[in-house]
Amino acid sequence: MMNTTTKVLLTASLLAVAACSKKKPEELPPPPAQSQVPAMPETSGPVSGTAVPGSRADFLAQVGSDTIHFDTDKYDINAEASGILTRQAAWLNANPSVRATIEGHADERGTREYNLALGDRRANSVKNFLVNNGVSSAQLATISYGKERPVATGSDEGSWAENRRAVTVVPE
Amino acid sequence: MKRYKILGMILTGLVMAAPSQAQIRVDITGGISAPMPIAVPAMPTPAAANTPAGATAALGRQVADVITNDLKNSGLFAPMGPGSVRPVAFKQVVSPDFPYWTGTGAQALVQGFVQANGDGTLTVGCYLYDVFSRTEMTRQGYVVPPAQWRRAAHKCADTVYTRLTGEGPYFDSRIVYVSESGPKNNRTKRLAIMDQDGANHRFITNGQNIVLTPRYSPNGSKIVYMTFAGRQPRVYVYDVGTGTQRLVVSQANMTFSPRFSPDGRYIVFSIAVNGNTDIYRVSAGGGSPQRLTTAPGIDTSASYSPDGSKIVFESDRSGAQQLYVMNADGSNQQRISFGSGRYATPVWSPRGDLIAFTKIGGGFSIGVMSPGGGNEKILTGGWQDEGPSWSPNGRVISFFRTAQGSGKADLWSVDLTGVNERPIPTPLDGSDPSWGPLLP
Repeated sequence: MMNTTTKVLLTASLLAVAACSKKKPEELPPPPAQSQVPAMPETSGPVSGTAVPGSRADFLAQVGSDTIHFDTDKYDINAEASGILTRQAAWLNANPSVRATIEGHADERGTREYNLALGDRRANSVKNFLVNNGVSSAQLATISYGKERPVATGSDEGSWAENRRAVTVVPE
Repeated sequence: MKRYKILGMILTGLVMAAPSQAQIRVDITGGISAPMPIAVPAMPTPAAANTPAGATAALGRQVADVITNDLKNSGLFAPMGPGSVRPVAFKQVVSPDFPYWTGTGAQALVQGFVQANGDGTLTVGCYLYDVFSRTEMTRQGYVVPPAQWRRAAHKCADTVYTRLTGEGPYFDSRIVYVSESGPKNNRTKRLAIMDQDGANHRFITNGQNIVLTPRYSPNGSKIVYMTFAGRQPRVYVYDVGTGTQRLVVSQANMTFSPRFSPDGRYIVFSIAVNGNTDIYRVSAGGGSPQRLTTAPGIDTSASYSPDGSKIVFESDRSGAQQLYVMNADGSNQQRISFGSGRYATPVWSPRGDLIAFTKIGGGFSIGVMSPGGGNEKILTGGWQDEGPSWSPNGRVISFFRTAQGSGKADLWSVDLTGVNERPIPTPLDGSDPSWGPLLP
């Protein structure tokens, strides 16, 4: 429960924010990278020097990959994927205001509707892993693309292995 | 869209001879037997007239061309169309020059006429003769707005097909499908409707969102499908008449794999909840869905039996995709596929006698089996054939075939013999065909 003073302060600060944001268009907009980076606390990642903390670039730089892969018709998290997802979870826990969408994908060697369901399985497999590692489920949405959006366009084992994936998409 | 019922009428006044009993007949089950030679000369007009669809004389040839193409595509006929037989005079429509037709080798003859009526409509007359016994087998007349002259031609072809095979008609029908273009990793997909022979093609969505698995309602007035609009993959209903679209079920999770019940009152579909997919049904008008399956795993691709009492679907509850049949309320779920490989996308024939499916084992093929699970027959074999949909008479199956490498997909049809396999023409690539009902 908030007391009256807190409420008033909160309201005042909200008004201040609103007032600031209303003014903004009249000011010359500074370059986004310069305006935000100094304002935020330094992050510890070795290669995050140029990435805006909390951004997709920062996520990729610190986690190493937004994508994990699956075996044919499988949705369990293998050892390599586990390492990536553990780092994804750490990043998401450090950036609790960021909402990510987990995209589940399947290779082309399946029927359309089954692959939509399989993509959903894979996306939720990742979501469950992240939640089990402390990420708030409110931070995570899932979507399945089935076999509709391959990254590798060949019809061979290598391409299919690349396409059986889940991608954790953080806003740019 | 204005729905126009084409009334078949018995033509009188032109001839007095009564149709005699059937003399010739096409055996539809054989498949290997030679197609029946049938002549389809250009149709004359009693009085040359111009219509919004062109001159009646020109239409007479075009009608014969459409009939010729329909009969050829059925695989059961070897038609000799306007390009290979001589035109006939109007008065010959009811008194064919049988010695000439005997000389062409035709066993049957389709004649007719195109007449412009005072009220702006067209009458297309359609007569079928047995050349050997020199008798009339049937006659029909179709009154249509000029713009729908192709439907009259399809109705005539249906009359010929039905009279000679004993099977139900299917040429006067439409197909909704997903038109595809663009690179393999970013295909543009649009819903499109066309006549079953590829004519009168039109797009109904603009390609902004991925659209998948359209299926016609039983009377053809609606299309249920899945769209990724707003990055929320959900089932929508498109009203063909008004062009409006409506979300079927407001749901936090993905809804997909929709299909109408045979009476049009329900939509059966799948919901994926936290990785588990089950089958539900909802009133076609919306409301709260009723859950039909509860097994852990992926239960999807549901399709009603034509009497509405049962549903066939696929499930991987055994470890891999297999076919199951349950009562329409979800009770008594029984596995029916036991062959090698996996089975997917079952669709119940409108005749009730067969279930078409995608067989996965090495390649992807289209096959059929009895609803009890026996009598499996594989009809096609491509790199990847999937997504069967039945013609209104349950004798032909449309499907799509995806090419290895390019990923380009095209529409095909195959009859139940598996012999008559042919492409369905589309302006771009195509997938997910759904064959609509016979038009009224």
